[in-house]
Formats: sequence, C-alpha cells, structure tokens
Amino acid sequence: MSEQPKFKVTIDNITVEVPAGTTILNAARMIGGEVTPPAMCYYSKLKDSGGKCRTCLVEVSKGSEKDPRPMPKLVASCRTTVMDGMEVKNITSPKVIDARKGIVEFLLLNHPLDCPVCDQAGECDLQNLSYEHGAEATRYEFKRRTFEKEDIGPYISLHMTRCIMCFRCVFTADQLTDKREHGILERGDHAQISTMLNKSLDHDFIGNVIDVCPVGALTDKTFRFKNRVWFTKPVDAHRDCPTCSGKVRLWMRGEEVFRVTARKDQWGEVEEFICNDCRFHKKETKDWVIEGPSVIARSSVIAQGHYVGTLKTPVVIDKVIGKQPKFLMDIHDESDVNRPEVHLSEIEGPAHSDDFKVKP
Amino acid sequence: MGVKLLLEHDKVEGIRYYDAYRKHGGYRAAEKAFKMSPADIVEEVKKSGLRGRGGAGFPTGMKWSFLAKPEGVPRHLVCNADESEPGTFKDRYLMEFHPHLFIEGLLISSFALGSNATYVYIRGEYAWIPEILEQAIAEAKNNGWLGKNILGSGFDCEIYVHRGAGAYICGEETALIESLEGKRGNPRMKPPFPAIQGVWMRPTVVNNVETIAAVVPIINIGGDEYAKIGVGKSTGTKLLSVCGNVKNQGVYEIDMTISVEEFIYSDEYCGGIPNGKKLKACIPGGSSVPIIPANLLLKTAKGETRYMNYERLSDGGFVSGSMMGSGGFIVLDEDQCVVRHTMTLARFYNHESCGQCSPCREGTGWMYKILKNIEYGKGKMSDIDLLWDIQRKIEGNTICPLGDAAAWPIAAAIRHFRDEFEWHVLNPDESQKRNYGLAHYADPIHVAATA
Repeated sequence: MSEQPKFKVTIDNITVEVPAGTTILNAARMIGGEVTPPAMCYYSKLKDSGGKCRTCLVEVSKGSEKDPRPMPKLVASCRTTVMDGMEVKNITSPKVIDARKGIVEFLLLNHPLDCPVCDQAGECDLQNLSYEHGAEATRYEFKRRTFEKEDIGPYISLHMTRCIMCFRCVFTADQLTDKREHGILERGDHAQISTMLNKSLDHDFIGNVIDVCPVGALTDKTFRFKNRVWFTKPVDAHRDCPTCSGKVRLWMRGEEVFRVTARKDQWGEVEEFICNDCRFHKKETKDWVIEGPSVIARSSVIAQGHYVGTLKTPVVIDKVIGKQPKFLMDIHDESDVNRPEVHLSEIEGPAHSDDFKVKP
Repeated sequence: MGVKLLLEHDKVEGIRYYDAYRKHGGYRAAEKAFKMSPADIVEEVKKSGLRGRGGAGFPTGMKWSFLAKPEGVPRHLVCNADESEPGTFKDRYLMEFHPHLFIEGLLISSFALGSNATYVYIRGEYAWIPEILEQAIAEAKNNGWLGKNILGSGFDCEIYVHRGAGAYICGEETALIESLEGKRGNPRMKPPFPAIQGVWMRPTVVNNVETIAAVVPIINIGGDEYAKIGVGKSTGTKLLSVCGNVKNQGVYEIDMTISVEEFIYSDEYCGGIPNGKKLKACIPGGSSVPIIPANLLLKTAKGETRYMNYERLSDGGFVSGSMMGSGGFIVLDEDQCVVRHTMTLARFYNHESCGQCSPCREGTGWMYKILKNIEYGKGKMSDIDLLWDIQRKIEGNTICPLGDAAAWPIAAAIRHFRDEFEWHVLNPDESQKRNYGLAHYADPIHVAATA
C-alpha cells in the first residue's frame, strides 16, 4: 500500500479524515463554515508562511489517540499538523474566542482606520476579521504609529502604515522571483517592509504582492482611487500570455476594465499567479476572452451588485452543537401557548390574545 | 563556606591563561572524558541532574539524549553566550576570567555530542570577550586540545566564536540559530525542534555557557558526586549575579542549600542592604521572572523559609513565588519605585521585540505607553486592569518566550504591588515628588493554621 495514511481529526465536534501531514487549519477548511479559523498571514501557496499573526490559534484538547494529553498552550493551527485522534476546539472554546479577540485588537492597534479612503476596503481581510471576531471599540488611547511614505516603483504603492507584518509579500518575492528586493527592516513595533535604499520593485511577477497582501498596504497604482471594488463586477477571463497562465479576473464596470487581478479561491488565496503584463497593461476588453461572472462569496460586500455566481458559506453550526439551533422565528414550534395551526408570520397585524392558546 | 566548583580557582593569578589553568588541574576532565565513550559522558551528565542554567532549567542530560543522530549528517553544539537578560552577567564573568574552563567544557560536550564544529554565539555588546576567547582557543589548539585528532582519539573539534549584533531576541535558541546562519534573528516556529533540525537543518544542541562549564566538574568528580551537592532536583552549584541595592554586588557561586535571607544578609555573599535601608522587593532570576515583595521572598506563603534553589524559589507558582531563571538577582530597597522599575522593563521588552508575531509586537509597546502614563502621573484606575488584560492576552499566545517574558514581570508587579500602582494614580502630584516607600511589603504574612 503506497497510499498515505489517513488521520481522523475532530474539530469542534465534527470529525474529518485527512491525509497525514495536513495542518489543523487545512483540515478545518475541508469542513468549511464557522469552524475554520481565520488566517491573516498563512498562505497555502507560499512555503513557510504562517504562524505570525496568531489569529488562527486553536485549543488542542486531546493531542492524539496515543498521547491524549491536551496541549498546554493555544497552538497556531496553520503550523500544527494533525495527529490521529486529535481533538481541536475552535469556536467551542471560550479561551480561543477570547485570545482571538485580543489578537484582533492588537492587529488594529496601530492600523489606521481609514477604510473609507483605503483602496482595499471591501476586499480587506482585516476588515472581515475585525467584523467577525473583533471587539466593538479599541482601548488604545495613544497616537498610532505612522511611517513615511516610500516609493517602490510605478506600479505598486506601499502604504506601510497599514501593514500588519504578515510577511506574505516577502515570501512571494522570495518564491516567485529570483531576486527579492524588499524585506523587513528594523524590529519590533517599528519593523517595516521596505527596499534597501528606495529601490523600485521590478520583476515580471512582482505584481502578485498586491494580491497576497491581506490589507491595503500594497495596492495597484494603476487602479488606485479609480473606483470602489464593490461598484465593479468581477469577471473571469483569459488570454494567451507568453509568461503566465493568463487566467485572470477582470474588475469591470460596463465595458471598461478597471483592474486585473489573479483569480482567488474561497479562502482569498490566489489560484494562479499572473504576470505584470497581464495585470498592469492589458486594460481593454478586446485583450481578453471573457468566460463569465466570477464566483465570489455571498458574504462579501462585492456580491451586493453581483447577482449570479455567489457562493454561500456552508452552515455547520448544527453539527457543532449537535442539534438544530433554535432561532427566535421558531417560537411557534417551541412555545406551548400558541395555536400551532395559526402561523405567526401569516397573521396580519400584531398578534392578538386570540392567536394564543391560554394555558388552563 | 559553600562548595565551589566553577569558581574554585577564582583567586589564582593568571587563571585566564593556559599555563596557570593547566597547573591547577585544568584539562584533567578532558583527559578523563576522552577515555570514556560519548554515551557514557551523556549518562554521567544525566546522573548529575544538571539543569540548564540559561533560565528554563531543563535537564541537560535529557536534552542531549534527544539529539537526533542520523547517519552522515553533521551535528552541532551551539553555546548560547548571548546573555542579554537585564541583571544577568554570570556568563560574562566565566568567559572573561575562566575562558579555559569554558573551552574545556565545550570540548567535552562536543565530544559527547559528536560535534566537530562548535559555535559560541556571543552577545554583540561583549565586544572585548571574543578576543579573550579566541586567544584561549589558540592556546588550547597549540597544546593539542583542539584541532585534528585530539589526544589520539580520532576526534576533530573546532570552536568558532560568532559575534552577535546586539539583539536580546537572539538569546532565544531558534532566533540564535537563524542569526548564526546569517539571517534575520527571528525565532522559528517549533516543531521541528533544534535537536532534530537546527543550524543548517542539522541536529543541534543549544546550551548556556554555565551549563557547558558545569560539565567539567561533573566529569572530574563524577555525576553521582555532583548530584549530592545541592538539594532535591537542584543539583550542583549555581552562579548568581547580584545587582541592585546590596552592599557587595557581583557574581557568587552557591550550592543551593542556603536560604534567601542568608544570601542577602550574610557578609560572605551580598552583605545586606546599604545605608541601613530595608529590603522591599527582589527579582530572583533575571528581569523576565516575576518580581516578589520582601515578605514573600524570605518566606513562602506557607511560612516556610525560602531557599535559593529551583524548587523553593518557584514554590507557590506565580501566585506567591518566582523562578530561579538565569540567576540575575536584582534587589530593590525601600527607595525604589516598583512602577518605574516595571516601566523600565516594559520599555526594554518593547525595544527588543522582534516584530514577527502580533501580540508581542503591538502589546509590548502598548503596555510601555500605559506604564509611562501611570509613572508620570497621567494614569487612570482602569489602566491597571487594562494592563492586566493585555499581559494576559500576550502570555502564551506568541511564537517564542519573549512574549511571556514581557508579560510576567508586569503581571507580578500588579499582583503584588497593586496598591503602589493605585497610589500613583490617586496621587499624581505626590508620586512625582516622592516614592511610595516600603509600605507593608516586608510585613510578615499571615499564615492560616493548618487543621
């Protein structure tokens, strides 16, 4: 048998079988829905990424079948591989929820809340993260850290103040290009992405750092301030490109192509990296063979003007808690004071005492 | 007079040089070790119960036995001489005044682990010490203790001294390995542990300077004899570097059987607090370990005498105890302000955070800013609770222990000295002019009678 051994792992009471060597995060992605931890720095296409943002922390309540001891600390699910019989708690662990709330607060601590003027708004991972997992307000009362603006070439705009130090762009440049020109300078809270002495980033595939950036730190200069992403419609298209696969996503408004990006999957990760030529220079409809509307998540704000091809997130909460959740709407079935034959939603006007069975 | 093993010949003239060291029994342990098999040396270290002297106190013998030994892959011993913990300077003393003891320890350990190339990663600020070590290495080499085919055993060993660039984070073993490889000193994600994949993806053992030096007396007197010194699981002798408000600051070797009270007040060691002041608080093991007030330092929460060893110092956990840590004994007298002291530490950790993972990068700076406000009379009551919440969210959620090290001193300061923080908040003007003083921190603790 040359087949890889399969490991059984239980995440939030849902058991899946995954090949050995899978990380907890990828196992959770196989289930999908609420039990998947958010990831700000992990990128499945980039080797060695992950482990830095700590938003994907989960609790391992049982190490494995052989060694059932729980792990003492919360672990980064993107860098921890599953063991056979492992039990993981994500949304069912108050510790994880609390820690994640703290991490989101830390990430937003020095992040300018300038979403209204940020080009990434609408497709920003940090925006989604803070919406889903963050607190209502920050407790930070000090001046936020800012950086001086730096010019890194004609196509890419670097706005370091917004950076959350996920290191994704560094890995991208390391692994897609043969010569990386940007990296991390300084350390601690004044660490910054920069090039050594204001070099411009110049490589056929360097434009991909824009796509991997989870926030608005790296944006497309050819698209900046031209349009809000939710006003444009994503369309899958391709062309015969000598350097890359040529499979892209066009962001159009009417006939006009506003922006070209790589296609992203449901986890916001690029499917195939594209070259600078496709990204920055082919901005006319006649350059492309249009395939049809892109499939995007229904929860995304981009989906609001986009009626076909939205992707619903799977709902797995019933499996997590072991029963159908009770919604307020179901009061009709639950309450014993009403008359089951009268459906409350069908009553015209407010409910009247006649609509309820009075308990003897 | 306690047992002296490492600093036995401390007063000998010229012990720094090969001739004097050799005359006083130097390299005798190496001679003995080369007649043993490497496995026997590891066994001897295991028997001695030697615990890592860098701070965590992990049994050294066990660490050595975890080292993976794949065929055809070189193994390395890396010595962590990046001693940057505020308050700790024992390794500097060893390397500066007893370089040959250290090199002998490196030689024996390299032989035991099969490391042909051994690295000493030395802190960048210790600018003059690499020269001392390199001189000693040259002397040892001239006398046939390093190089090819040492003592006709067929074992080759070279020791390289690598200068760091002055980052505290490079004292963390995986960051040290990254830095040694010439990369940015960011801690690696574990697993894989260095014992499996360390320097250049080869199996690596990272040990503290004092741990390496302690191997020499272990081989000299035997593991069983070594284990008899000290108490319980705290075997052998420990170097302590004392600083702060004591009469005699410096490096002391103790055999871990004396009480904290004796250590601070006896003339043989610290000699008490100068100028007739009273003891207020103490950090017993370098800046990262929890600070404890005088009453809990001398007696445990159960009213027993606290001794200078791993178990007794950590008696009561973090609620009423502290840790042995790296042995940086910092003493604070009644004139010291705990808030200011905590702020200084917070500034240090903020400055030294590597910036890789978010809780530590953002949280340390936030804590420093809040502490600065409290110290300068701009604090609010809610800030104290906020600090507690921030440290709780940093601790345990980071890649490396620097997050914990930043969180623990602040947690302990709030836990034990909350009223001093509150006094700073409630009396913003007065707190700028005078210190809170001793208050009740030296009062005897009430011990409930056992039923």
